[in-house]
Parts: sequence; structure tokens; C-alpha cells
Amino acid sequence: MSRRARLVVFAVGAAGAAALLAWGLLGLPDFGHYRGPYGDVLNEQALGQRHAQNVVNAVVLDYRGFDTVGEEFILFGAVIGVTLLLRRQREEHERATGDRARDMAFARTSDAVRVFSLALVVPTIVLGLYVVVHGHLSPGGGFQGGLIVGAAPVFVYLAGRYVVFRSVDPEGALDLGEGMGAAGFVAVGLVGLVATGAFLENVWPLGQVGSVFSAGTIPVINVSVGIEVAAGLVLVLFEFLEQTLLLRGG
Amino acid sequence: MAPYLLAAWLFLVGLYGVVTSRNFVQLVMCLSVVQSSTYVLILQVGYKLHATAPIFKGIPPDARAVDPVVQSLVLTDVVVGVVVTALILSLALQIHKRTGTLNPDDLHVMEG
Repeated sequence: MSRRARLVVFAVGAAGAAALLAWGLLGLPDFGHYRGPYGDVLNEQALGQRHAQNVVNAVVLDYRGFDTVGEEFILFGAVIGVTLLLRRQREEHERATGDRARDMAFARTSDAVRVFSLALVVPTIVLGLYVVVHGHLSPGGGFQGGLIVGAAPVFVYLAGRYVVFRSVDPEGALDLGEGMGAAGFVAVGLVGLVATGAFLENVWPLGQVGSVFSAGTIPVINVSVGIEVAAGLVLVLFEFLEQTLLLRGG
Repeated sequence: MAPYLLAAWLFLVGLYGVVTSRNFVQLVMCLSVVQSSTYVLILQVGYKLHATAPIFKGIPPDARAVDPVVQSLVLTDVVVGVVVTALILSLALQIHKRTGTLNPDDLHVMEG
């Protein structure tokens, strides 16, 4: 199909889609006039029922926890897909060291960027861990904190330390973290199932409102999700850097 | 009504990018724009005028707060979206390795 023909087909389709969208949007409540009731009920009840100040986090990991297990396995599956697609092909081999140094020239950055990146590695990890463990108290949680922790290796790469990072050979640990993170969430769910007959039932002591050790199973799941997300993100980053920096087709 | 049109605009403009793209990497980014239109719409549906975030720390327990359910829906999807984008990009990488091109128009023949 020529580009012109394709644009015509798109224009017709887009006009139809736009009309349908506008029709649908017109049926929504006016902007800012939320009708509820679920959000209001949860905002009223979550603090008393779960001792979680962050209601969003309580919804993600408790009230709608079963759904989040599914989401987490999408993440798990996508990371496995990336690893599988970017595995070393038969005709590929690693570049020789001298060759590698030359090819990494494109990643060369100024001294200011390198020093600043290196200085940011540890604070990033600490901030990420803070966001994970305080997920039920303040904005954040396992997903957000996991992403922040997973950003730390990006700074390692920007600091020009990728080859050092790689020599640690973190892939085994990352695979383990990815699997354990996903399994941990399900395990907490199964504890609830055994104890009360309902998957992911919040069976642990709720503790004092505002304490890190409160809200029952929610912080445990936050940590488990945090490990999963961070490990998954670093694995993906690792696979892409391996591709661009180290592999060459035969 | 008017704020909702932002979501419709993002959806259509992203779709336009997907249709006309000459580069798989750009195409994936356009797909992310389409995806973000859903975030905008879902968050808008849960918004309340003069309401605060549903985090009850330092505010009275009966404070007026926006819907936490839609926020939790978007939250998980943003993270999953990042990894799914990575999955599609790795497909693009393999296409480039096999065919030497990233232009969808240059891929005419199905190869087994």
C-alpha cells in the first residue's frame, strides 16, 4: 500500500474513532465531579481497616491485590521475553577487548557527568529502598521504589563503569531476585489462603498507624514487588547493554 | 468535557505516528503516547475538584480525596508499560540484526 493510500485509510478510520471517542467522552460525568462510590468508600475505610495511610498502595497490594499479582506476572513475562529475544545467537560472539574499548567511545561522557553519576549511585539506591519500605505511609511503594533502585545501574553505566559492573556477573543474582520477587507476592497470598480461606487476605498484625511495621502484609508485598521490579529493570538494561557494547554478528 | 479531549487527542496523535512511522524505535514511542492517553483519561475520571491526594498523613481522615482506585490502575500499568516497551524494542533490535533496516516499509516479504 502506498503511503498516500495508507494516510487516506487512516484519516477515515481516525475520523470514525474520533467521533466514537467524543460520543463516549460526552457520556462521562463532568470533569472534577467524581461519582464514586468505590473511591470514596476506600478513602473512608482503608485507614481503619488496614492501618495504611497511603490508600493507593493499600488498593494496589491489598484490596485489588489479586489483580496486581496478574500485573506482576505480565512484568515477569515481559522480562523473560526480553532475555529470550536478546540471547546470544549462534553467529554472534563477544568483541575482543581492544575492539570493545573503541566501540565504547560513543558512550564516553564528560568528567563532570562521570563523577556526578558515580556520586548518585548510592543515594539513588537509598532513596529507592526508602520509597519501597514506606510505601504504605507516603507516596511510593514497591513499583515506584523498584524503578528508582533499578535506575542506579544506569548511573553506573553513565559513569563509564559498565565493564566493572559486568565483571561482578550480577545475572545470577538478578534472575534469583526476579523469581523470588514474583514468588514472594504469591507466597504472601497463599498464607492468607491457608489462614482464612481467601487469597491475599491481610492476616498479619496491623500495628500502629504511621509505623513502618504496620498495615499487615502490605509492606511485605511492597518489598517483594520492589525486588521484582528492580531486578527486572536491571536485567532488561543489562541485556540491551550487552547487545550494543559487547556482541557482534559473525 | 474539554479536559477529556486531551486523552482523545493523545490517542489519535499517537496512532497517527504509528501509521506513518518510518522507524521502529519511533513507532514504539508513538505506541507509548497512545498508551499514555489511557492514563490521562483514567486519572481524569477519578479527579474531584478541591480534593487532595488519597494519602492520609497530616490531613484529617475525612478529608476530601480523589479516587485511589484509578491511581492504582495507572500505577501498575506505567511500570508494566516500561517493560513491555523494552520487549518491543528488543524485537526491533532483532529485526535490525536480521534485515539491516528499521523501516517498516522496507519489510515486505515474510521470512520463516
